[in-house]
Amino acid sequence: MAMKFSENADRMDVRYVAGLARMALSDKEETQLQGQLDDILAFVGELKKLDVSGVAPTDDASGTLNAWREDEPATGLAREAALANAPLARHGQFVVPKVIE
Amino acid sequence: MSADLFDLGFLEAADALAKKAVSSEELTSALLDRSEKLEPALNSLTWFSREAARAEARAADAARAAGDKRPFLGVPIAIKDLLNVKGQPCTAGSNILKGYVAPYDATVIARLRAAGCVFVSRTNTDEFAMGGSTETSAYGTTRNPWDVSRVPGGSSGGSAAAVAARLAPAALASDTGGSIRQPAAFCGVTGFKPTYGRVSRYGCTAFASSLDQVGPIARSVEDAAAVYQVIAGLDPHDSTTSPRPVGDGLPEVRAAKDLKGLKLGLPKEYFVEGLDPEVEKLTRAAVEQCRALGAEIVDVDLPHSQYGIACYYILAPAEASANLARYDGVRYGFRAESEDLLEMYEKTRAQGFGAEVKRRVILGTYVLSSGFHDAYYLRAQKVRTLIRGDFEKAFARCDAILGPVTPTAAFRVGEKSADPVQMYLGDIFTVNVNLAGICGLSVPCGFTPNGLPAGLHVVGPAFEEARILKIGAAYQHATDWHRKHPKI
Repeated sequence: MAMKFSENADRMDVRYVAGLARMALSDKEETQLQGQLDDILAFVGELKKLDVSGVAPTDDASGTLNAWREDEPATGLAREAALANAPLARHGQFVVPKVIE
Repeated sequence: MSADLFDLGFLEAADALAKKAVSSEELTSALLDRSEKLEPALNSLTWFSREAARAEARAADAARAAGDKRPFLGVPIAIKDLLNVKGQPCTAGSNILKGYVAPYDATVIARLRAAGCVFVSRTNTDEFAMGGSTETSAYGTTRNPWDVSRVPGGSSGGSAAAVAARLAPAALASDTGGSIRQPAAFCGVTGFKPTYGRVSRYGCTAFASSLDQVGPIARSVEDAAAVYQVIAGLDPHDSTTSPRPVGDGLPEVRAAKDLKGLKLGLPKEYFVEGLDPEVEKLTRAAVEQCRALGAEIVDVDLPHSQYGIACYYILAPAEASANLARYDGVRYGFRAESEDLLEMYEKTRAQGFGAEVKRRVILGTYVLSSGFHDAYYLRAQKVRTLIRGDFEKAFARCDAILGPVTPTAAFRVGEKSADPVQMYLGDIFTVNVNLAGICGLSVPCGFTPNGLPAGLHVVGPAFEEARILKIGAAYQHATDWHRKHPKI
């Protein structure tokens, strides 16, 4: 169970990254997350010690490349069913705040 | 029926129903009565409806009376609150999906429904399956039936606790880094994670799509195998499912009585500092039991094991940050009102997600962001290749690998919730199986002096589910740890 932390770990700008993820943070959350994410980054930074030169990345555990099927029309969710969980719907459409001035 | 109806396992219930010794309505009612009685102490369920469950059960009884002979007609099963069951809520343990009602059946649910199962209750989970204790659920922590001051594990802690407390004969769960096997070990029940690609995830709320896999938690390996046989196989709705035939391994699993001719590998990397001595003792005793059953025990190496957690905590949050982008308050779930669209997204996600989800989404966004992608995400993908390679080499020398499921038995509620890294280390023996995309089984292998269960981990190569289920079944044929019930 290696958990010695690297001393020169990266430190992220938590508020900036939260903005990229479209999440507002309170000041208290930001402070708490900063400390925890520093710890986590130091921990995952352990991988930097491994020599991975010449190793191919794995992005799919199954090793399959493509799955083909006939492109046939099929019935999807009915519009009413798709809209049933919407926070706000009108005239058969999702309603959001105005985006065009 | 002399024993209590809620004592019946999945296959026992199917037999009793087929013999008309009991009706589905009686069985379902017994489980609902018990759920009502025990839930105030356990909180293993997020939802159940007496009316809905009894209506399904009555329909199954009527079908049987009309000659329907489907094998699992009327057998109740609990479902992790991450899988869509048409007409039932599906919250994924999150406030952001409060009030969401599933408009369709997940493929695994459609298959269980076709086999005749009754969906009796929904089980608690860490929020979006992110956690190892159910403490991150927006619907409160589930308690371990063996000691209610302790966690049941997670993220499928509700499924494990409900099966252990006999609120359901079996449950469906999901495993991204150990979320079936770890809670099964903590609650003294059997948990099975099939190979990546063996079971459809269509309708399973996505967490980390290159790792997520659906599987059963049950009272025995036989029962887990029976549920697995129903849900496994190619699904046109999930392009990662394999066209490889599943085969009917259940008769062989039920007949397994010894381990003659099998080579079982014991990795020294799984017996290291940090492994609780009592859990180690129980694991080693289970290995000796396997030897006594005829297996040859060989040493194997998994040299990159120690990097699994770090690798996982880059890849899984990265995938989660992408998967959870869909919770924006537009199409379903919670919305925080605002006059401005961007502010609506930001407030919806701020108010709808809990702390652990926010932590992982931010971490995942960071490791994928420009300038850091190669240093973290790409590097972790390469480490994943090394971990997969470890298993390939090990399986050239043995048929399956044995080890502990968890480094300790169930910990106390609150003990680790303030320290994410400590919590993450609880998955140290399970995550590598997900990273390698192979299959793993947790079977109860005894109790610590505190009376807490521990699990034996049986890990097999990709698509060798039948092999590890037979190993687990032979072990359970010789032991009765899986028959012990918590006094609750």
